[in-house]
Amino acid sequence: MVEKKKKKKKKRPPRQEMPRQDPKERRMNFNEVALGFSEETAVIEASRCIGCPKPECIDGCPVFVDIPEFIKLVQEKKFVEASKKIKETNILPAICGRVCPQETQCEIVCVLSKIDKPVAIGRLERFVADYEAAAGEVEIPPKSEPKGKKVAVVGSGPAGLTVAGELAKMGYEVIIFEALHKPGGVLVYGIPEFRLPKAIVAREVDFVEKLGVELKTNFVVGRTVTVEEFFDQGYGAVFLGLGAGLPWFLNLPGINLVGIYSANEFLTRSNLMKAYLFPEYDTPLRVGKKAVVIGGGNVAMDSVRTALRLGAKETHIIYRRSRKEMPAREEEIENAEAEGVIFDFLVNPVEFLGDKEGRVCGMKLIRMELGEPDESGRRRPVPIEGSEFVYNCDTVVIAIGQGPNPLALSTMKDLKLNKWGYIVADIETCKTSMKGVFAGGDIVTGEATVIEAMGFGWRASIAIDKYFTTGEW
Amino acid sequence: MNQIIDKKRLAEGINLFEIEAPLIARKRKPGQFVIIRIDENGERIPLTIADVNKEKGIITIVVQVVGKTTEHLGTLSPGDSLLDVVGPLGQPTHIEKFGTVVAIGGGVGHAVCFPIAKGMKDAGNYLITIVGARTKGLIILEEETKKFSDEFYITTDDGSYGKKGLVTDQLKELLEGGKKIDLVLAAGPAIMMKFVSLMTKEYGIKTIVSLNSIMVDGTGMCGVCRVEVGGKTKFACVDGPEFDGHEVNYDLLMKRLATYKEEEKLAYDRYMQKIKDKGKEM
Repeated sequence: MVEKKKKKKKKRPPRQEMPRQDPKERRMNFNEVALGFSEETAVIEASRCIGCPKPECIDGCPVFVDIPEFIKLVQEKKFVEASKKIKETNILPAICGRVCPQETQCEIVCVLSKIDKPVAIGRLERFVADYEAAAGEVEIPPKSEPKGKKVAVVGSGPAGLTVAGELAKMGYEVIIFEALHKPGGVLVYGIPEFRLPKAIVAREVDFVEKLGVELKTNFVVGRTVTVEEFFDQGYGAVFLGLGAGLPWFLNLPGINLVGIYSANEFLTRSNLMKAYLFPEYDTPLRVGKKAVVIGGGNVAMDSVRTALRLGAKETHIIYRRSRKEMPAREEEIENAEAEGVIFDFLVNPVEFLGDKEGRVCGMKLIRMELGEPDESGRRRPVPIEGSEFVYNCDTVVIAIGQGPNPLALSTMKDLKLNKWGYIVADIETCKTSMKGVFAGGDIVTGEATVIEAMGFGWRASIAIDKYFTTGEW
Repeated sequence: MNQIIDKKRLAEGINLFEIEAPLIARKRKPGQFVIIRIDENGERIPLTIADVNKEKGIITIVVQVVGKTTEHLGTLSPGDSLLDVVGPLGQPTHIEKFGTVVAIGGGVGHAVCFPIAKGMKDAGNYLITIVGARTKGLIILEEETKKFSDEFYITTDDGSYGKKGLVTDQLKELLEGGKKIDLVLAAGPAIMMKFVSLMTKEYGIKTIVSLNSIMVDGTGMCGVCRVEVGGKTKFACVDGPEFDGHEVNYDLLMKRLATYKEEEKLAYDRYMQKIKDKGKEM
């Protein structure tokens, strides 16, 4: 191949902005906020990649997408090829292009970021994945020789989908068992439509199925079937990608008042059950006039922006530290601010107050100040004595994180858990204390990101293949 | 999958369905439940597995019309299928030989009580069953329950059948009669379970109640079903549905059950209107 290298001497264009729905419009609807690049902006953005000889972006990606190569294909307007290039190691590009925190993964290590803004890798990924789907050209890679070995994958979230897809590509017979009625895990019950349209999740799940993966929904491992039974039924390996599915509540008076939701309940009702379309859909979800979300992470942002769209007149974030310490992505905080969410920093609830009918009607909050840094490196919030005050509200969503759901784990006596109840598994091989049982994603690390879970799935697929090949544990 | 094999009308507005669900039938123990969803727009509702036929791979559920979903369910016939059935969920009842067990089922709650009572009888207990309802037409599973009960009592609020009064009146009679009772089971309206528990507490008799909280996923993921037991928050879906009746905060349970009262009414009225309009067209 003859490489045509026209060295452009002209000035590097600025990082391309992605158009978004106007905040005034979008706060009224559940349509996707970000609108994606056009072909033209994608090519301009791709042209910003200097094709450095030692690209660090690849190592910044938990599933090692060949970023320079796919960007080069975008420069050449070979968008479908670019998408295929990504899918060599990442089977969920349209999802990752939307919800990966690229600013802390591939983009932070982009050479350009030392002198300019990094290449918008995520936006390009999203663009090519959508382009390929819209072009109707989603091609299924050729299947390998069947290996005659069966793998059970528990959970159809990002970790499960990835390990399943990769193993299917290698020729394994893979069956995913999902407890809910729709596959996707947190991608369908947790992340709202306006950030990750469910049609896109369905599209990428469909791709995983086309790779040969079988999906069984309404299957609660630990109840409908146990992991031991999988081995009796001829499965050679099991991957546990259960996620962190146990909501944490605050151990405060009044926590069980009507109108106080876990973020899991609030989001599941809206996203999985489509409560935002009630009564067209049967599941209701009530937000009052003033909805308050406690927490400062991405789930808190998703919840508060959902409350806003469901018609709450006033929506607040209550966070015990300051803006700087918020764990949510900057982009999501900005989106929430633009849509009119009010942020109340350095306050923390000490009690929930209810009316006669047992509905929440307010909170007692205490003011906080920042003290010395804690183990997370962020300054520890310290309550200011005597600063309590009453704060009215009629809906509260608790978004302070979640832990490991013990439902399936409690049925596996030989599975070693750590002191918080997460599975003890090797970060590289995903091996657990039970022979033939692998685990990855949030059920090992605690709440993390979609792409980190996918990284686990990716590494597990290699480890599972090796286990079958060598028989060594 | 999930096909309705048989349907029987047990009482006005109460239907029994036999549903093909072999994997659930194989695993289910008394006290466990399923979550079902009728169709794509449907909500997820929990229903106790009233009985199973493991050989045929069938589970039995008993459903009273209380809102849109249950009304819709009541219109389905054998041959129709439910979109989703998942389970068995919840902790099975702790069944052993206690001695004399009184099982109390109130209204459609008797469908919850029924399999537990049967399990207790199978474990060698002397079983006394009390079935209560508002009126005669709402008494369900009478013959089936009689079959395995050592003593069997019926109470109706209006006196149209059995003893006039509440299940607690019958229970009181047993207690005052000096009968040695080792365990009381109660399933029915929250208010009934509350008063049964208040009474048995006086007598110091261990009491198990089966709580009917609102649920979504049924796997401990959302926490909508949270109840207070002994001052601690528990999830009815995974820690229950059965709890020590003397420790449950029933007032909280009732308030939480009423969370979506208005929305439920709206959905029901809208559904009935739709059916009416459809009838007019035809």
